[in-house]
Amino acid sequence: MSEAAAVAVTAQAEQPPHPFVEFWRYFRANRGALMGLGVIGVLAFAALAADVISPHPPNHQYRDAFLVPPAWADGGSLRFPFGTDDIGRDMLSRIIHGARVSLSIGALVVTIALASGIALGLVAGFSRGILDIVIMRAMDVMLTLPSLLLAIVVVAILGPSLTNAALAVVIVTLPHYVRLTRAAVLSELTKDYVTASRISGAGRSRLMFATVLPNCMAPLIVQATLGFSTAVLDLAALGFLGMGAQPPTPEWGTMLADALQFIQRAWWVVTFPGLAILMTVLAFNLMGDGLRDALDPRLKR
Amino acid sequence: MLRFFLRRLSLIIPTFIGVTLLTFALIRLVPGDPVEIMVGERGIDPARHAEMKAALGIDKPLPVQYLLYIGHVLTGDLGKSIVTKKPVLTEFATLFPATIELSLSAMTLAILIGLPAGILAAVRRNSVYDYATMTVAVTGYSMPIFWWALLLILTFSVMLGWTPVSGRMSAIFWIEPVTGFMLIDSLLSDEKGAFTAAVRHLILPAVALGTIPLAIVTRMTRSSMLEVLNEDYIRTAKAKGLAPARVIGLHALRNALIPVVTVIGLSVGHLLAGAILTETIFAWPGVGTWLVESVRRRDYPVLQGGVLLVATLVMVVNLTVDVLYGLINPRIRHAR
Repeated sequence: MSEAAAVAVTAQAEQPPHPFVEFWRYFRANRGALMGLGVIGVLAFAALAADVISPHPPNHQYRDAFLVPPAWADGGSLRFPFGTDDIGRDMLSRIIHGARVSLSIGALVVTIALASGIALGLVAGFSRGILDIVIMRAMDVMLTLPSLLLAIVVVAILGPSLTNAALAVVIVTLPHYVRLTRAAVLSELTKDYVTASRISGAGRSRLMFATVLPNCMAPLIVQATLGFSTAVLDLAALGFLGMGAQPPTPEWGTMLADALQFIQRAWWVVTFPGLAILMTVLAFNLMGDGLRDALDPRLKR
Repeated sequence: MLRFFLRRLSLIIPTFIGVTLLTFALIRLVPGDPVEIMVGERGIDPARHAEMKAALGIDKPLPVQYLLYIGHVLTGDLGKSIVTKKPVLTEFATLFPATIELSLSAMTLAILIGLPAGILAAVRRNSVYDYATMTVAVTGYSMPIFWWALLLILTFSVMLGWTPVSGRMSAIFWIEPVTGFMLIDSLLSDEKGAFTAAVRHLILPAVALGTIPLAIVTRMTRSSMLEVLNEDYIRTAKAKGLAPARVIGLHALRNALIPVVTVIGLSVGHLLAGAILTETIFAWPGVGTWLVESVRRRDYPVLQGGVLLVATLVMVVNLTVDVLYGLINPRIRHAR
């Protein structure tokens, strides 16, 4: 093809699609990611409408129905579709309300960790001095401890409760956001558009938030999605160890811990809370993978 | 090479100091008077109170306390457990082999299954096998292992009765702890059937703990293999007419393994975090159970010492991985 023809073809090519349209095109092609999005939608609906859609109040004890099996098993009834636990509470209602606990606390954890991670990362990336060194060494220390162990330490200091467990998970996930933000800032700062903006007289805060930060968001969005699954998983693990939500809060990990002694007699009290955790974590991981593929320009062909 | 090693070593010193600051702060951050928390509601007479405070070293100014603490740590004195009165280091040393045995078995499982599964998925890209493997892998990666462990117990111990529910060894055997590794000690002992019993105790915890590393190894092997298979030198090797098995097994695998080895090294932290949950569920007498118990009993010296030891261990392993990586790959060694 001659050079003139190539230019003509380029000129004929339609306008590049809107970034969101392009993103959606890639995302839609990933079946796993779509499935994850669907599951998250269902979970979010269950969390929001928990009071309306759950058949029973989550903490009501039916004295006539201890350890009733699920509806499809022998001895089960449609009154309790997923059966009841050892003190006669409806499993389905507790699972639905558990979605509310996990998703709301998870969202809170991710928001706080993301916001403070971005703030620390921006400061570290822009200051490049003693402040940078102090912040990054502190993050190294936090990353050295296995995440669950660090969370346990935080809970050991503050005492077991859902709030403290949430705070522990914020602390555990924080370093990832700080590192990502700092790395993205450092690579963006070398680019021409930042220099141009600086020469035109943009102040430091304008450079930070209006010029550089929007261009660092892609990896942070991916990390936040994956971080949501970590948050749900770690909160459940802490609940399971008795260091998170306390009974009778319908939290999936805590429910599992309560069910432990009935494992031989009542498989349903063990199976459903864990299944709920797995589905939630899996959905966020699938969506995170899909987001990464759709947002990461290196993987685009 | 020596300069590279020393530079990496100097990098972990600030991290180590940071960790000691954290563990130092741990006891002091607990709200309220640590002595009263340890003693509980019974109360204590003032003389004994001061004595315990002095024993914990919390009657001096903070910087002095920290220097004393560092001095103790560097001479291997990590304090004594409040519950058992034994030195923390001794307790750790007794329990640590159990955790190592469990973690090594889990990792071996992950590598033995994950490597071939990942290679096959990459070679047969977009086939049914590839999709199935990746679906299983992402599910395994998302698995809440405390629940997965319960399901394994429910299926294999309760319903099928194939394996014991918990512990490291059947009570009918007395195994002399020579190495601390039950698999080796049971072979050394004269007890018949002890080794089989040890394996039967080990298998479920190892599967539970190995699941997430297995998923990670499989995914990493596949993606790094796919990357290498696109390289020019692979096309050259194929064009020369080499057998596909040779191209994949020798030319491609060698380079594809580098990131996999890194991931394996860096998942030591994952393994130890997982060990906390796995050991708790299977009543495995290791470091994880010990740490969780220390929180429940408010045995803060144990938590403090244990956290420091685990963090140091992770640092040493990460350093080793780094140095090994530099040995394999000169580009890393000479990078600034």
